[in-house]
Amino acid sequence: MHWQIDLFILTLVIVTAVGAISVRDLLSTAILFGAYSFMMCLLWAIMGAVDVAFTEASVGAGVSTVFFVAAVFRTTRRTKD
Amino acid sequence: MKYLGLFVVILCGGLLLWATQDFPAWGDPHSPASTHLSPHYITEAVHETDVPNLVTAVLADYRSYDTMFETVVIFCAGLACFLLLRSYEPQKRGWYYRHIPTGVLIHFKEPSRIPRSTSEFELVDTQWVPYDFIIKTICRILIPFIQLFALYVVAHGDFSPGGGFQGGVIFGASIILLAISFNLRTAITRVQEKALGILAVIGVLFYAGIGVWCMLLGGNFFDYSKLAAVLPVDPVHVRALGMLGVEIGVGIAVMAVMAIIYVNIASAGMHDEGL
Repeated sequence: MHWQIDLFILTLVIVTAVGAISVRDLLSTAILFGAYSFMMCLLWAIMGAVDVAFTEASVGAGVSTVFFVAAVFRTTRRTKD
Repeated sequence: MKYLGLFVVILCGGLLLWATQDFPAWGDPHSPASTHLSPHYITEAVHETDVPNLVTAVLADYRSYDTMFETVVIFCAGLACFLLLRSYEPQKRGWYYRHIPTGVLIHFKEPSRIPRSTSEFELVDTQWVPYDFIIKTICRILIPFIQLFALYVVAHGDFSPGGGFQGGVIFGASIILLAISFNLRTAITRVQEKALGILAVIGVLFYAGIGVWCMLLGGNFFDYSKLAAVLPVDPVHVRALGMLGVEIGVGIAVMAVMAIIYVNIASAGMHDEGL
């Protein structure tokens, strides 16, 4: 029924996931990972798993992004590989 | 090496995708999970536990043993972060104090006798941190509402989506927002490290303690209906109260662990300044 929205969000999930592992700037990776989590949260919400979506939004898109940014702040923004 | 890694990843991913063929179709009513256990939860949970949100009933009552160890995992994550990163060595880059009446900046290379902040001197970060009046004011207004929402999410875990994990994370995020919008020292003086450690332990012990309490009253571990002997409610609604109790324990532990992890990462274990 919502297959257009589903397809759009699934595409964004794959785009952000590939972006997160291929971008060389680690700060951008952290932000892309947050976007990836938010898209996953939308997918859970569409499937009706509201509890999981809530957890994904607060933990995945919220707090873990802040942890990554803090870790980048204390280490380096450039990756070696 | 890179191509070997790519090969292993594609192989594992392909195996996983191949294995998903054996899964029942999404929402298949004849799959094993939907024929044995789920019908019981869906038809009986509201009568047995008096909790309208079935996810909470499964998570905090039928499978509360599982959830207890999830809380322990979160606690172990905070403990590992503390043990790996926390450093009690004096830092080497020195201390910067601003003399407030004149605005002169003083750099101490040795630990000085000046306390952390007096009415004339204030400790400032070694790296320049932009000061923004708008962000500080907005966050000052927003943080109480975020915390209130976190408490709402914990308290309404059995009626609406949410519960201890989500509420605890939101409460921890409000502390992190305080550290980001003001500075890390403000957050640490408001919520001290020792208090956070004690709260994390209290949360886990509170959860496990409810289970032990049920055992002392003659039931199994986490058999909340036995709590009816001490709480003045009927034996069905007491299971909802037991769930609320363990959710509060989870919330306290998760809130403290989130703050511990953030403070240790952002200050590299020094607990003096950070993001």
